[in-house]
Amino acid sequence: MLDIFLDFYPLLFRGLGVTLLITLISCTSGTILGIFLSLGKIYGNKLVSRTVTAFIAIIRGTPLLVQLFIIYYGLPAYGIRFAPITAAVISFIINSGAYQAEYLRGSIQSVSSGQLKAALSLGMTKWMGIIHVVLPQALRRVIPAWTNEFIYMIKYSSLAYVIGAKELMTEGKLIASRNFQFFNVYMVVALIYLVVIIIFVHLFNKFEKKVAIPGFDFER
Amino acid sequence: MPTKHLLKIEDLHHSFGEDEVLKGISLALNKGETKVIVGPSGTGKSTILNNIIRLVPPVSGKIYLEDVEITSTKKINQIRQQIGFVFQDFGLFNHLTAKGNVMIGLTKVKKMDKKEAEKIAMEELERVGIGGFADSYPSQLSGGQKQRVGIARALAMKPKLILFDEPTSSLDPELTGEVLTVMRNLAQEGMTMLIVTHEMGFARTVADELIFMEGGHIIEQGPPEKLFKNPEHKRTREFLFKLTDLYGEGEE
Repeated sequence: MLDIFLDFYPLLFRGLGVTLLITLISCTSGTILGIFLSLGKIYGNKLVSRTVTAFIAIIRGTPLLVQLFIIYYGLPAYGIRFAPITAAVISFIINSGAYQAEYLRGSIQSVSSGQLKAALSLGMTKWMGIIHVVLPQALRRVIPAWTNEFIYMIKYSSLAYVIGAKELMTEGKLIASRNFQFFNVYMVVALIYLVVIIIFVHLFNKFEKKVAIPGFDFER
Repeated sequence: MPTKHLLKIEDLHHSFGEDEVLKGISLALNKGETKVIVGPSGTGKSTILNNIIRLVPPVSGKIYLEDVEITSTKKINQIRQQIGFVFQDFGLFNHLTAKGNVMIGLTKVKKMDKKEAEKIAMEELERVGIGGFADSYPSQLSGGQKQRVGIARALAMKPKLILFDEPTSSLDPELTGEVLTVMRNLAQEGMTMLIVTHEMGFARTVADELIFMEGGHIIEQGPPEKLFKNPEHKRTREFLFKLTDLYGEGEE
C-alpha cells in the first residue's frame, strides 16, 4: 500500500485538493443558504415559510445522486450546462443548505423567546434582534451539527466521481483501473479520507472551545 | 390628545383569546414619580407593562409618552429606546458579558461609538454596584447580579422612565434586598418608575402612589399609607392586610 501511495501521491493529493475544495465551498455556501432558509421558515410570512418548508422537504426527500444527475445530465436539455465540478458543487450546496436549515431551525428555536423580547425592549427591530442576539447564540449551538455535516460532505463529495469530477475517488478509480490493485488503491484512498476527517474533527473541536461561552450550553 | 403627564394610559383593554385580562385601565405618571402596581397573580399587572411598549400590543385603549401616542405610532422602536424595561427573568443576552449586555443597545440601536458606549456601560454597572463583574457572563452571575445588569442595561439608554416587571420574583430574599436597594436609590435620584411587584415593604416605603388591581380593574389607588391604613375598598384591605399579617409591616 505504501508503494502505491508513494507512486501516486501527486495524483491522489490533486484529487484530495478537489475533494476539499468541493467540500469547503459546498459546506460554507450551504451554511449561508441554510441561515436564509431557516430564518425564512421561522420568521418569514406564510408564503415564504411554506415555500421553504416545501423546498427542504423535496431536497431531503430525494437522493443526492438523483439531484446531481438532474443538474448535470438533465439541465443541458434546457440549455443549462455545467462543468462536472460546478454541477457537483451546486447540487451539494442545495443539499447541504436544506439539511443545515433544519439543524439551524432547531438551534434558533432553542434560544428562548425572552432573548428576542429583551432585544426589542431596547429598541432593536426584529431583524436586528435576530442578527445581534438570536443568531450569535444559535450559530454557537449548531457547531456540533455543522461539524457532522462537514464530515458527511467530505465523504459525500466522492459521489461527484460518477459525473467525472476529478476528486479523490475519481483519481483512485483511475489508478486502480490501470494497475488492477483495487484493494490496495481503495485502502489508500480510504485512509486518506480517514486522516483528513480526523484532522478536521480536531480543528472543529478546537474552534468550538474557542467560541464557547461559560455556562452557555446549559442555559435555556 | 396631548398631555402634560410623562406617561398616560387611557381605558386600556387587553384579552388573551376569550379571556379579558384588562378591563379598562387608566393611570398616569408624572416625571420623577414612582408608582407601584400590586394585586393577586393573574390580574393583568404585567400585561399593562407589556402593552406600554407594545411587546404585547394592546387590544384597545390609548397610551401616551408625553405627546406621542405609543399605541398608534409607527416608530415604536424610538419609543422603546426611551422606556426601559426590566424583566422578571432578567432577559440578559447569554452570549454577552455584563458589559456587553449594557453596551449592545448603545452601539447597535443608538449607533454610539464603542469607546463611548464602554465608558457609559462601566458607569452604569458601577452605579448598580457590580463594576467588578463587567467581564462576567450571565451564567457566572447570581440572580441579584443578573438583575442589576438588567437595570444597568435599561439605565444606559438614558430612558425617560423604567418599567419593572416583577424584578425580584425570581430571587431569594437576600438577593431581593440588593436589587430593591438599587431601585430605592433610583427612586431617590428622581427616576420615573412603574413597578409591578409583590414586595409590600418596598411598595409601602418607596412608592409615591400604590395601585391595587384585581380582575382586570384598578380597585383603588393612592398614597401607600392610606391604602395600608385606611383603604376605601374591602378588597384592598383584605389583600394588603393579608400580606401585612404574613410579612409584617415591611421595612423601617
